[in-house]
Amino acid sequence: MARITHGLTTSHIPAVGAAIDLGKTQESYWKPLFDGYEWTKSWAKANVPDVVILVYNDHASAFTPEVVPTFALGCADEFPPADEGYGPRPVPVVRGRADLAAHLAEGLILDEFDLTLMYRMEVDHGLTVPLSLVYGQPDAWPTTVIPFAVNVVQYPPPTAHRCFMLGKAIRRVVEQFDESLNVHIWGTGGMSHQLQGPRAGFINTPWDTAFMDRLVKDPDGLAQMKHLEFVREAGAEGIELVMWLIMRGALGPDAEELYRFYHVPGSNTAVGHIVLQSADTPA
Amino acid sequence: MTSYTAEFDDIPGTRVFTAERAKKGYELNQFCMSLMKEANRERFKADERAYLDETKMSEEQKQAVLDRDYNRLIDLGGQIYFLAKIFATDGLSYLQAVSTMTGMPIDEYQQMMLHGGRSPQGWRSIKDGD
Repeated sequence: MARITHGLTTSHIPAVGAAIDLGKTQESYWKPLFDGYEWTKSWAKANVPDVVILVYNDHASAFTPEVVPTFALGCADEFPPADEGYGPRPVPVVRGRADLAAHLAEGLILDEFDLTLMYRMEVDHGLTVPLSLVYGQPDAWPTTVIPFAVNVVQYPPPTAHRCFMLGKAIRRVVEQFDESLNVHIWGTGGMSHQLQGPRAGFINTPWDTAFMDRLVKDPDGLAQMKHLEFVREAGAEGIELVMWLIMRGALGPDAEELYRFYHVPGSNTAVGHIVLQSADTPA
Repeated sequence: MTSYTAEFDDIPGTRVFTAERAKKGYELNQFCMSLMKEANRERFKADERAYLDETKMSEEQKQAVLDRDYNRLIDLGGQIYFLAKIFATDGLSYLQAVSTMTGMPIDEYQQMMLHGGRSPQGWRSIKDGD
């Protein structure tokens, strides 16, 4: 059977992608941020999964004002990088995993999660920046990826609770897949940040720290959090943190924290990064 | 307005992008999406007014684009990830564009971020004055 062994969270700040692409990672502004990912890069090299289910949000790249899917599952064989207005990022095409995606589509929809299924989709910084942070600049990504896009742009986004339940369902459905696969799941976005209005630049470090603690130890409690608290305490774009609950739900009840990193600022944003191992993972 | 939507209006300096605002900003956000194509970016830069006049945007939306008044654009139904296509066309980063909405000079905004960002104190709730 397939098994979800590990999860991680990371911000997906577009300027981080630009810093990587333009060779600026050793500049004084950026170095502390990239140093914080060195542990993960070594760990990731030694623990390459067969598939990453990558939970992220599209930033007006694949989804236009014409269509707003709450949950969209990438079912194609490949996903090219999008041109977000600066030209596409110079990163490899993302290779999908269509058989597992088809299995997830069937299992999750029968479990009453009414997904949108994507057979052609370009992927933006929300998906490619996390890959760059974890895998650097290879000629090809070392793993296949199933993109899982969540609407956190138009209100209401899905609730934290719905995201957590979806994560639990993803775990059940992955375990019903016949082939033996090692699957990781990533939750991206956050942490506190606001990119609009007079309140832009909002950062709440104590709240972010408590959120990471609860993500590990008290995900059931965290899943009760209302949208209003996310926006009030983590900024308008901090609502992206609901996506972390999908990752956490998919790791099972207990998870061990392997690594944590927190840094302000990455452009306008608090960078939160945590690597978790499911307690069910065989040694 | 539902109570769900109304609750967010208690948060200072913030407009969440509701279904109602999405409808209001539809043509504006579609214009932004058109700038994802290089050829359109070139045409827009060559004659902004003429390019805007080809769209179905309202006059006040067009004017706010010409003024690069991002707070006004958000009031008129724009959403920041769509509006990003405008400042990307201008060659600006999120940091540069976002700072214009705060009334702070870019240097001051950047210093604030380097010192840990805008403190939540006083920015949580209008009614609670917190």
